[in-house]
Amino acid sequence: MQVKGRSISRGMGEGKVLLSKDAISFLGGVDPKTGVVVEKGHCLEGKCIAGRVLVFPRGKGSTVGSYVMLQLKKGGVAPSAIINLEAEPIIAVGAIISGIPMVDKPEKDPFTFLKDGINAKVDGKKGEVSV
Amino acid sequence: MELTSKEQKMLEGELGEAARQSMEILFALGKIYGAQNLIPVSSVQVAGVSCKTIGEAGLDYLRDLSSKGAKVKVKTFLNPAGMDREQWQKMRVPEGFAKKQIAVLDAYASMGIDMTCTCAPYLVGLRPKKGEHIAWSESSAVVFANSVLGARTNREGGPSALAAAICGVTPNYGMHLDKNRVADFTVKLGSEPKSATDFGALGAFVGEASKGKNTAFFGLKKATEDQLKGLGAALASWGSNALFFAKGITPEWRVSDSAEEISVGQNEITEMKGKMGVPEKPDLITLGCPHASLQEIGSIAALLRGKKLACELWVCTARQTKEKADKAGYSATIEKAGGKVVADTCMVVCPLEEMGYRKTATHSGKAAKYLGSLCKQQVVFDELGAFICK
Repeated sequence: MQVKGRSISRGMGEGKVLLSKDAISFLGGVDPKTGVVVEKGHCLEGKCIAGRVLVFPRGKGSTVGSYVMLQLKKGGVAPSAIINLEAEPIIAVGAIISGIPMVDKPEKDPFTFLKDGINAKVDGKKGEVSV
Repeated sequence: MELTSKEQKMLEGELGEAARQSMEILFALGKIYGAQNLIPVSSVQVAGVSCKTIGEAGLDYLRDLSSKGAKVKVKTFLNPAGMDREQWQKMRVPEGFAKKQIAVLDAYASMGIDMTCTCAPYLVGLRPKKGEHIAWSESSAVVFANSVLGARTNREGGPSALAAAICGVTPNYGMHLDKNRVADFTVKLGSEPKSATDFGALGAFVGEASKGKNTAFFGLKKATEDQLKGLGAALASWGSNALFFAKGITPEWRVSDSAEEISVGQNEITEMKGKMGVPEKPDLITLGCPHASLQEIGSIAALLRGKKLACELWVCTARQTKEKADKAGYSATIEKAGGKVVADTCMVVCPLEEMGYRKTATHSGKAAKYLGSLCKQQVVFDELGAFICK
């Protein structure tokens, strides 16, 4: 199955899906060395985002979060792709400077057509998600 | 969003990786905010300079961009750094911090950016005219440029401003468009504010009340440019406002028919001042938020001539202004009283909390907001005169 979205950051990314109903702050919310979510009470607390197709509604928190995404990438623990319901500048800029493929506004609800652990592919340039 | 053929080439990477990445940022932001196109900017002011605010991650980003061959296309100034580049040892800035700060500045310098570190570039030669499109990021510089100069800029983030500098363009939305430069909140003043703390408290009160809406003031006819600078800074930090009008003095005046209306009198100002600080004896007094003009430094020197201060004082300003203040003898007068004129930095972005300060005084509405939240200080909000030994 293929779902169309909007291209935000180019590149191809593939991996197991990790769904988050909660918004994500990369500054303070994710350990930049391990890629583990450390925000207390977050629905992904304790889970590692490295290599995953990370699906979450939107970013939140400090704009420094964009730079933290680049640290994750350099440390080899960044998500392989990002799908947001609606992109905002922190995550969009972070994905672009880190070369993480990113798509937003998918035509189908990603929390319905995607399930944790299934394999998905993201084409950031075309804005496509395939399962 | 429509791109010109040159912009399209940048996006495809034909003009190098730094330009490609920067254009991708501008293109994405344009899509997010519904811009139709990109427009040329005449200058850029980049925030994200102090390593206290951007951290190790920010330094990694700047080095990465620098290694991709990034070069700016338009006149670009920096926001204040975490220290005075020449007097950091005298200020007792920790050495580890200084090393990282120098690395950040080196990365920016490699991109061809002017090393003027200031939140008030309009005082030192970067003064856009009415209607000019720019991409500035420091919140008080943004509100001053939009309101007092009538130039046009959104509240840019560090990377989006830098991307605009590298590509020479910015997405055309928000404050760049006439339709968004209309006040939907109006303020009638019961009495005209006079002192710096009056303007700071007014800005803080209205910033909170307006929740960031474009605001039109009635009754500010005598305000000087320095006072409007302080008012705008407080509005932007307490309410994230990007634009205000003052009847009779700002170059633009557009008010919506359905604008919300409030009155602000002496009671509101006095009450706000009480919320902005505690009546303590400070370890340090900090002035120059936003960066002081030469006139302001002259007034501070006149007030301190032959006097002694109850504690240390920093007057923060741009390097060019400090050099003028040195020549005029203002800096020496301030030093005799126990103070210092410091350049390139300010009380908010330097590591005050690491330097042993706990209680800091200011007359700036903006500094009063951030000294507490970003520098872990107890804030004393008062005029300089309150700290001169009797």
